[in-house]
Amino acid sequence: MIGTFVDIVLFAMLVLTAFAIVKTDRLFAVVMLSGVFSLLSALLFVALDAVDVAFTEAAVGAGISTVLMLGTIALTSRTEKKSSISSPLPFIVVLITGVALVYGTIDMPNFGDAAAPAQQHVAPEYLKGSLEDVEIPNVVTTILASYRGYDTLGETAVVFTAGIGVLLLLSGLGRRRKDEDEEDA
Amino acid sequence: MMMFLAAAVALFVSMALVLVRLYAGPSLYDRVLAVNSFGTLTVLLIAVLGFLNGRPDFLDIALLYALINFVGTIAILKFFRYRAIGDVSQVPNSKGAKK
Repeated sequence: MIGTFVDIVLFAMLVLTAFAIVKTDRLFAVVMLSGVFSLLSALLFVALDAVDVAFTEAAVGAGISTVLMLGTIALTSRTEKKSSISSPLPFIVVLITGVALVYGTIDMPNFGDAAAPAQQHVAPEYLKGSLEDVEIPNVVTTILASYRGYDTLGETAVVFTAGIGVLLLLSGLGRRRKDEDEEDA
Repeated sequence: MMMFLAAAVALFVSMALVLVRLYAGPSLYDRVLAVNSFGTLTVLLIAVLGFLNGRPDFLDIALLYALINFVGTIAILKFFRYRAIGDVSQVPNSKGAKK
């Protein structure tokens, strides 16, 4: 009952924020609104008990990507460029995708359903075997570092590469600007 | 229980007010402040939701959110001041202040 009320209010604010993002043409306001959008979705993840996902969403969505978007604005323009062609095609594509997604959720198991395939298949085996197979008492650590070890290694490599790329881009841009200033003077 | 519910409703109302300021807010700093206070309200709401669901262990997560919120606001403001996030010494000071 209370959970439903919280969900409804959070989703209403999420939809309002999304409309505000579409309507606003000052890009700085859009960046701030998208930060609030990811804070709201992080709250929804907390309400669904997915705390780790919520934490990633808040750190990446509201933290890092806000700063990166601001960096992009500083290098490009502060207002949105009005599109000269107005066609209904994008709206139709979005509508069809949305309907397909909603249709896809219809035969999904309920939230927290014990008979859901995710609880039946590998999860009991992980819970049962983790102590014997890997001899680490924490199941989450076992899954991340052993059962899905290669997956985690790949993820770390991707995140590391992305971080290096972003750092190189940002520092290179700053230096080039300084060079241009010196040439002007 | 009733008190926590009332607190949750009050937090929702203030979130809506902050959203209005974020959308309408004429100046840049109104919007930065709005995002910052929305982050604070998120922290409070996570704490209240934890007590509402009878799982106050969510308080740790609320603490971490408070830290992220602080660092994020500092990053945004630093960006306004210097037009750069990382190494500030490369960027000429006067240029950042003029804009």
